[in-house]
Amino acid sequence: MMPVASPARLQEFTLELATNVVHECKDQPGALINALHKLQETFGYVDEAAMPMLAKLFNLSRAEVHGVTSFYHDFRRSKPGHYTIRVCQAEACQAMGSEALTTAIKQLLGCDFHETTADGNFTLEKVYCLGNCACSPNIMVDKQTYGRVTAESFRKLTATLASKAQSSKEGSK
Amino acid sequence: MLTRIYIPRETTASSLGAELLVDAIVTEAKYRNLPIEIVRNGSRGACFLEPLVEIETTSGRVGYGPVQQEDIAELFDANFLSGGKHRLALGNVEELPWFKNQERLTFARCGLIAATSVDAYKSLGGFVGLHNALKKDGKAIVQEVLDSGLRGRGGAAFPTGIKWRTVMDAVDVQKYIVCNADEGDSGTFSDRMIMEGDPLSLVEGMTIAGIAVGATKGFVYLRSEYPLTQTILNEAIVNARAAGYLGDNIQGSGNSFDLEVRMGAGAYICGEETSLLESLEGKRGEIRFKPPLPALKGLFGKPTVVNNVISLATIPVILEKGGKHYANFGRGRSLGTMPFQLGGNIKHGGLVEKAFGLTLRQLIQDFGGGTASGKPIRAVQVGGPLGAYFPDALLDTVCDYEEFAKVGGMLGHGGVVVFDTSVNMAKMARFSMEFCANESCGKCTPCRIGSVRGMETIDKIVGAIDDNERNKQHIILKDLCETMESASLCAMGGLTPMPVMSAVKHFKGDFQ
Repeated sequence: MMPVASPARLQEFTLELATNVVHECKDQPGALINALHKLQETFGYVDEAAMPMLAKLFNLSRAEVHGVTSFYHDFRRSKPGHYTIRVCQAEACQAMGSEALTTAIKQLLGCDFHETTADGNFTLEKVYCLGNCACSPNIMVDKQTYGRVTAESFRKLTATLASKAQSSKEGSK
Repeated sequence: MLTRIYIPRETTASSLGAELLVDAIVTEAKYRNLPIEIVRNGSRGACFLEPLVEIETTSGRVGYGPVQQEDIAELFDANFLSGGKHRLALGNVEELPWFKNQERLTFARCGLIAATSVDAYKSLGGFVGLHNALKKDGKAIVQEVLDSGLRGRGGAAFPTGIKWRTVMDAVDVQKYIVCNADEGDSGTFSDRMIMEGDPLSLVEGMTIAGIAVGATKGFVYLRSEYPLTQTILNEAIVNARAAGYLGDNIQGSGNSFDLEVRMGAGAYICGEETSLLESLEGKRGEIRFKPPLPALKGLFGKPTVVNNVISLATIPVILEKGGKHYANFGRGRSLGTMPFQLGGNIKHGGLVEKAFGLTLRQLIQDFGGGTASGKPIRAVQVGGPLGAYFPDALLDTVCDYEEFAKVGGMLGHGGVVVFDTSVNMAKMARFSMEFCANESCGKCTPCRIGSVRGMETIDKIVGAIDDNERNKQHIILKDLCETMESASLCAMGGLTPMPVMSAVKHFKGDFQ
């Protein structure tokens, strides 16, 4: 058995909420990345419409804000699925068969990296090292790392996660 | 009688179900009407035993592991609260050879105590180093660090004391201490382990650094892949502040120092110090030209100490026991201890802190127990994705900075990744180039373009129709690697050739 968290509660993007969320970053020096993290935590991604607001807040050009956002792998530009699954592709996990695991995961979810499953439950991403290299191969679901993952344990895990996602969809109706 | 139970609150243990154990044990104990107290420690570093549950008994801490939720009722039946016999029983944990044969200085407390408790930290020598430092002036503190022989544990191995002296001697109204916690190298997790298991040692180390060089503000740049670490580290900072070990007038000394944790955003390059500084300033993580050195013009253009987590977390023990005591460990110019991390295809993976001087084979065989698969070892990569691949014949290399350099490798951050005979080394070499192409900041051409050309060239080598064509491509790859090595702005492009060329050198047969 593995721990299973409910999907993160993401808000629908509004410029007003976005402005409120990043407001506290205003007086911290160099806090643009903090602000981007806050937006992503709230909405699941960084909406294009937030860019001019960020530029104004930090006294930067829109191009600079865009440049920072696009530089970092973490920042998404579109809404993710209920859960984001990251599969480690680095050497230690490769030594324990992450390549075969990755193939199995893609097949099971029916999507490739940077894509979301048709039911909107899972977004698949790659990651280079989760710092759990003695228990490879590793994946991360939202903020929870899972060690020594097999295709079978992944299937069970995502089945449980899918039912959680389903009940959260019903709950929000 | 109240029984104290230790269950790690830590990424490895959590990744294998530790959080479920907490609930299961509490429920079962309540049901059986047994009074217990659960302490959330860090990991002791034996990842292969996680989740490791320890019981405090009259004859020391008795371990059970790896424990799964399903085992809990059975463990209670076996009377594990009194150290009862069970198939998962490990006996007194301190007596296990894995721990007994280590030399723990930096990690002395890790896994032993409630990770974020100031009282627990102080009960095992915590903050003694800081109190000693408060009695000294900056020069004397820096001298202790110089005497210890400590070299940057992030990988570059630059003498920590010299860096500190440069910042101390710089004159400015504001200076900074920056902790590089962007532990991106595959196969490394010592930074994470100490930040989760003994975060106050990092807080103390950074505070001492601040007092030594005259900095009042510190930043920990933590990678976003470590969310649990972020929570634990922030708790430790809050607790240290409440106890007067951070903030204004630390312990009534008149010194002020405070800390802030800032999260990275998934860019490997931000582990390079100038790129990290750019990122801390809220910019794209692009490399800066050096000079000026960050020690003179670092964060926001101010004199800045940038040290790795392990370097900083080692400072308290140096100030507690003296630089000379620390320098008694190790050999030659590699003094002190190194937290080695055994990962990949390894039976007993985890963290082994030892003085420099043992061989790679001793680490992998004596501690690691060989491969997890049981197949023979084919290759070992030491020092992360920019480190060399060693064949079996080089496993008797002694672990110290100079010995590794002699055989074309580097110790780096101490990560050791083991591969069995199923590995294809041409594939691994291609991966090194691919990784560099993915993670290059793009500022310099040898790295940005060279890595892509490297990938293509390795594909051409592998797909060559005859030896003549293959050899031609090998010449191109070698030339390309030499260009990247000597013309790249930083270690990313400069060291990517190391794994690639070591794979070519030691495993040429795979490039067919």
